[in-house]
Amino acid sequence: MKAKVYVNLKSGVLDPQGKAIQHSVELLGYSGIADVRQGKYFEISLDGSLDNQQARESVEKMAREVLSNPIIEDYRVEIEA
Amino acid sequence: MKFGVIVFPGSNCDHDAYHVISKHVGQPVDFIWHRETDLSTYDAVILPGGFSYGDYLRAGALARFSPVMNSVKKFAESGRFVLGICNGFQILCEAGLLPGALIRNRDLHFVCEHIHVRVETSDSPFTNEMKTGTVLRIPIAHAEGNYICDDSTLAELQRENRIVFRYCEPDGTVTDAANPNGSRDNIAGICNRERNVLGLMPHPERACEDLLGSSDGRDIFRSLAATLAAAV
Repeated sequence: MKAKVYVNLKSGVLDPQGKAIQHSVELLGYSGIADVRQGKYFEISLDGSLDNQQARESVEKMAREVLSNPIIEDYRVEIEA
Repeated sequence: MKFGVIVFPGSNCDHDAYHVISKHVGQPVDFIWHRETDLSTYDAVILPGGFSYGDYLRAGALARFSPVMNSVKKFAESGRFVLGICNGFQILCEAGLLPGALIRNRDLHFVCEHIHVRVETSDSPFTNEMKTGTVLRIPIAHAEGNYICDDSTLAELQRENRIVFRYCEPDGTVTDAANPNGSRDNIAGICNRERNVLGLMPHPERACEDLLGSSDGRDIFRSLAATLAAAV
């Protein structure tokens, strides 16, 4: 079983890295881009000792307490069988 | 009066802080390894600058889980003094001892230069030897010093006079051009509600000797020493 955690800056928080990436890809000729936001992606392999519900609760807590800073970031957790 | 300088893996301004306390404040000081948990013999601790845990995940995010940090929380709750410099400020925010967060500088650059900050209040244990409005010339060296908080937190900081330092021009005027990293309201340093925990991005410990280009930082350590001397 695997947990996937996506962490992104909240919509109101300035993302200078995203802006720099957008600028660079536009310089390369990519068009039609309105905005780029950079985030983080975590893959957490689980050893099978937790059931699906327990795994979700545990990883949600981990995402809230460690993987994200709730002042500036949102997170989303996916559990894969 | 005894000081401690907490050393995390990746701290790199710990010796500077130690030097300033021992040489310029003239008080006993120990290095405290981050696995220590007993702070009972100290009156003030400094969380120094550097790159604790390589800034992995977020600046200051992993240091927050070092064993010593539970003790630092209790130490602060007991009314003793905590000074977080640069990475130390980031750690204090991540640990929830100070509100808000420090994100990537708005122009993405690592800024390393002498800047000016204005002392916004002399009503703190770290600034009581200076007049409100005093301008200090102190170096900064960071990539994540862009202070951010929500509107209600900012209003609270302003109302409670907890913005201790703001980036300014050499004459003390607070302008956007003098803001090196995009910090909200030009914030360079804030304190907690009880005023015994201060975090700031500039490095006063690197500005304590004329030979280093400025000795303005000494007044922050002198203030803290005066506070402690009065408390004993």
